[in-house]
Amino acid sequence: MLRRYSVHLALALTGGTIIYCAYQEYLSLYIMSILMFMGVNIILSTSLNLVNGYMGEFSCGHAGFMCVGAYVSSMLGVWLFAKDKVFGAAVLDPEYALYAFPLIILTGGVAAALAGVLVAVPSYKTRGDYLAIITIAANFIIISTIENIGAIGGSRGFMGMKRLVNSMEDVVELPWMPIWVFVFTIFSIWVIRRYVSSTFGKGVSAISQDEVAAEIMSVNTNKMKTITFMLSSGLAGIAGGLFAYILGYVNPGSFNIMKSTEVLVMVYLGGMGSLSGSVLSAILFTLLLESFRFIIPVINDFAHQFHLISPDYDISQVWRWVLIPLLLIILMQFRPEGIMGNRELGDIFPRLKRFYRFK
Amino acid sequence: MMAQTQLQTDQAPVLEIRNLIQTFGGLTAVNEFNVKLMPGELSGLIGPNGAGKTTIFNLVSGFYQPSEGQILIDGVPTAGLKPHRVTALGVARTFQNIRLWNDMTVLDNIRVAQHYQLGYGFFHALARSKRYQQREAEIAREAAELLEVFDLQRFAAELPKNLPYGTQRKLEIARALSSHPKLLLLDEPAAGLNSADIQELIRLIRWIHEKFDVTIWMIEHHMDVMMELCTQIKVIDFGQTIAEGNPETVRNHPAVITAYLGDDNI
Repeated sequence: MLRRYSVHLALALTGGTIIYCAYQEYLSLYIMSILMFMGVNIILSTSLNLVNGYMGEFSCGHAGFMCVGAYVSSMLGVWLFAKDKVFGAAVLDPEYALYAFPLIILTGGVAAALAGVLVAVPSYKTRGDYLAIITIAANFIIISTIENIGAIGGSRGFMGMKRLVNSMEDVVELPWMPIWVFVFTIFSIWVIRRYVSSTFGKGVSAISQDEVAAEIMSVNTNKMKTITFMLSSGLAGIAGGLFAYILGYVNPGSFNIMKSTEVLVMVYLGGMGSLSGSVLSAILFTLLLESFRFIIPVINDFAHQFHLISPDYDISQVWRWVLIPLLLIILMQFRPEGIMGNRELGDIFPRLKRFYRFK
Repeated sequence: MMAQTQLQTDQAPVLEIRNLIQTFGGLTAVNEFNVKLMPGELSGLIGPNGAGKTTIFNLVSGFYQPSEGQILIDGVPTAGLKPHRVTALGVARTFQNIRLWNDMTVLDNIRVAQHYQLGYGFFHALARSKRYQQREAEIAREAAELLEVFDLQRFAAELPKNLPYGTQRKLEIARALSSHPKLLLLDEPAAGLNSADIQELIRLIRWIHEKFDVTIWMIEHHMDVMMELCTQIKVIDFGQTIAEGNPETVRNHPAVITAYLGDDNI
């Protein structure tokens, strides 16, 4: 009995603690935002792992789908519930924003899933490197399209989502954003877990291991690819929607190939085809990225102290993007299978399996 | 076996191929090929390397679309069908070089081969609906039973890549049978096996043929396997049918000897 509900219990406790801390303002806004970005990153890395890990394709345009989700849910929310210079007065009473919010985020996910067809259809005939190029192209198409629509701000971006979050908090005084990020993070992991552990979803692994054998052994490979790409990009769209509402502002530049690379690093850091690995690496990566804020000034002071660099030059945060790709090189060189390989937490610590059942 | 075959001759053929032609660019890989396999038959297809045997199997399993001619499974033409649709019609096959899913457990290999008749879809899998649970339980039970009769149950949780070669061959045949085929195509099942394994394979194929009510068509280079098992053998060379008949006739056919050993007159 305990085994059956241990995961639910652990999740409820973790979620409850975080939200209680947010409610009592024990945690600073900065810590809260890191925790929320952790959730967004977990959704991104697990959903990309579905394509790159389980299906064995190489998608490097994940941020493009995130962008679709971010813009669709932002625009829908602002149009319905907030006064805005693009859409004018709110269509509905902002009081209802509270109830509509999950639907708004899900709509963004559905839109992103539809955008995923852009990659799914070429995947019927192309594989590997060629498909990777197509995913990059899809990323560029999405970004450039939005940059060229002046009405929604073009490359300057789109805002107004904070008003919606505020009106949610006006109705019921709760930290709504942390709550929804937590709920959707669990939702994504749960969806992926159920998908890949069913016989239906195992067709995806069959495709990655031998596509010809999969097709001959009655797996409808085109259908499976379409579902997998759409699910993956749909979840990325959900992550994008949450990202937009956390920041209160989106611009196409935040969803460029750099962001896609970030997600790729998380997937490879965690291990291909390992859901728990992706969760773990998303948490680690978010912490790592934030820790550079403190580490780089320390390195800078150190270098100045010992006159290693010219006094006119400061090592800035831009150097993050030297260090993170370097991490990728080191990872590929010394542990290409990532933290977890393609194993799950339960495979590494078999004793854990006695305590939980996760389905 | 012969008696059984003759009894069933008034039934529709499981596989009928009419005037099959397959060209790749300027090369005619298969030319005017005809065959009729009756339910319960166990026949063979032989020929020197590059004769077009595997091409015919690839055509039957829907992997290629024929340039000309017709393939009918149980009277249903397969033209334009994707391989997974052909499999759903009741064709299963093995490959010359074993193609198992090596990073999935043996049990999962068997389960995934039932993909066309899962009876539930994406949303059922997410919701873990009643239908999902019922079907998954059935699939798991069937897969376990199949492993049991193949004496593979002790490997259920292993990865195929860790199994001995002969066991991998056996597993691939078990996987093919998991999709409940009417017609089983075996592409060189004895390739790479030692003589003890070959004797076991002969017993295995005979046993499958009796137990599973399946028509078997096989390609094989080991003539002793073919002589032992097949009632009818077709010989092709350069895509042309050069001889057919029972094993004795085929073995002594001059065209076959020429094809395999070369022409004395040259």
